[in-house]
Amino acid sequence: MNPMATLPAGTNPPVATSFFFYLLAATMVIGGILVITRKNAIHSAMALITTLLAQAGLYLMLYAPFVAGVQIILYAGGIMVLFLFVIMLISLERAEKERQFNKQWLLGTVAAVALGGLFIAVYTTTTRGKMLFPEGRMTYGETQNTQQIAALLFDRSTGQYMFSFEIASLLLLVAIIGAVVMAKKRI
Amino acid sequence: MIQSFIQYVQSYLDSDKTPGGAGNIFWAIVYILLVFVGLSIAVIAMNWLERKILAHMQVRLGPMRVGPHGLLQPIADAIKLLLKEDIIPAEADAVVFWIAPFIVVLAAFTVFVVVPFGPTHAITDMNIGILFMLGVSSLSVLGIVTAGWASNSHYPLIGALRSSAQMVSYEVAMGLAVVSVILMTSLNATSTGTLSMIGIVQAQQAQAEWFIFKFFPLGLIGFGIFAIAMVAETNRAPFDLPEAESELTAGFHTEYSGFRWSLFFLAEYSAMIAVSSIAVTLWLGGWLRPFPNALAGATWDLVFSLFPGITFLLLAIMCFYNTARMPKHPLFKVQTIGLAGFGVVLGLIGLILFIPAVRVRVTDIFWFSAKVAGFMYLYIWYRGTFPRYRFDQLMKVGWKVLLPTGLALLILTAIVGMRTELWAQLQGVWRP
Repeated sequence: MNPMATLPAGTNPPVATSFFFYLLAATMVIGGILVITRKNAIHSAMALITTLLAQAGLYLMLYAPFVAGVQIILYAGGIMVLFLFVIMLISLERAEKERQFNKQWLLGTVAAVALGGLFIAVYTTTTRGKMLFPEGRMTYGETQNTQQIAALLFDRSTGQYMFSFEIASLLLLVAIIGAVVMAKKRI
Repeated sequence: MIQSFIQYVQSYLDSDKTPGGAGNIFWAIVYILLVFVGLSIAVIAMNWLERKILAHMQVRLGPMRVGPHGLLQPIADAIKLLLKEDIIPAEADAVVFWIAPFIVVLAAFTVFVVVPFGPTHAITDMNIGILFMLGVSSLSVLGIVTAGWASNSHYPLIGALRSSAQMVSYEVAMGLAVVSVILMTSLNATSTGTLSMIGIVQAQQAQAEWFIFKFFPLGLIGFGIFAIAMVAETNRAPFDLPEAESELTAGFHTEYSGFRWSLFFLAEYSAMIAVSSIAVTLWLGGWLRPFPNALAGATWDLVFSLFPGITFLLLAIMCFYNTARMPKHPLFKVQTIGLAGFGVVLGLIGLILFIPAVRVRVTDIFWFSAKVAGFMYLYIWYRGTFPRYRFDQLMKVGWKVLLPTGLALLILTAIVGMRTELWAQLQGVWRP
């Protein structure tokens, strides 16, 4: 099936898609490896930021600009700044002397095999006669992405995720209150 | 081959889209270069203007030696900075130290991809425009934090910690003010809301009201929150604690010298221009000319479209006036000729801007730049007027004043905007 056929009207055809996909994917994989192999925590954090930014690029390629924007603003801009903030305040000299890897070969092998098996299963098996991955693309135009997400969340007729959205925000509130309670001795 | 290329270049000229929206790579590159060059010139001009205006506010002369009235001072500064030795401290983390200025510069320049200088004069128009601008400009904190840490020195580390705490705190209030504007774009029966920078200005055009005046005083309060938060966000006086020179020497860039320091300088000023253009786009009608309602009509349109030319002619006249006032001494001969030549160039630009074909294309860029320039003057004015805040006062303003006000503003905007629907619902409850 020609992927261009599903493009909504008024959208430009994608440019050099496979090139950018491999570029971003390679950036993510290299960044991810650097995160666990660097001894210095700041270097790890910066590699993680690179990975997250490349992931935002992948979201853009999936015609989901809103998710990409939120990825940048929340993960790369917000959470990672707090990470760096905390890492700077702890003693790096002691952290560098500590053991970096846990030698848990058995568990690691099991986890790796399970994940690899899952990937292979997803690519090969068909459930009830149809592939898990639909051919072609999502039909949401990138020009309407934000509005579509809003409709999915809040619209009176099509909105179906509002309750779960609010539940998630309640979870965050619990976490915030917990942090305040733990930090302050007397409230 | 050349024919088809010329056709490709010409095919864009009739379209009513941005180069990114039309998918024309040639014009996108042209626009990127234009924005980059224009931004660099604006930063150079800001450097000179800030020193001159601050000096005049303090009854001094400011730079007077290099060129007439110090006009060539920024160029002299730039040459000095480029010739300086580039020092990396011995105990510094060299790689991170090397990367940090580039992160800041990249973040500061990338946001200009979506800044709308006119309905078609933007590099591209994204569906997530304002979200993109806020997200990418928040990445510059990373550069500042890593710069402070990599210097491996106390002043930069404290400066970087202060800076990140400050920027993270004020981002919250800033975001709330921005969201209230996004609500305003959707509170119109004819249109759905939008995050696109061009869409926000078009919503103001369609509602025949700049958002600073909408739901008075709600729009004004939102603008006020943003105007305070943006000064803190760019680390400028009176919120310039990260580089408080009396306590921290120069804050996070104490250990930087030469070219790398000038990158921080460039990033700071282009970030100032970027947040100013967010404020202009969201509240002050972007590229729209002033008084769209009171002074409407074709005649006024013509009058307002003459403004760019008149501005340049006025600048030229100022140049000639000062040429006549130059000391009549042989030593000042070169400077006098130079200033007169500068005046001639400005006058010629002014005359070119009167040509109808140019005028139509340039008016919107002019009004956008003029509004941004107003904000840049405000930045200098703040610096000349206000004493620096203490850090606890800064945090108090951010969390205890701006944040609650922003939250209340958001809820009130939603209520006022949906008042007819709410009223109908209430009546439905009372009379089922």
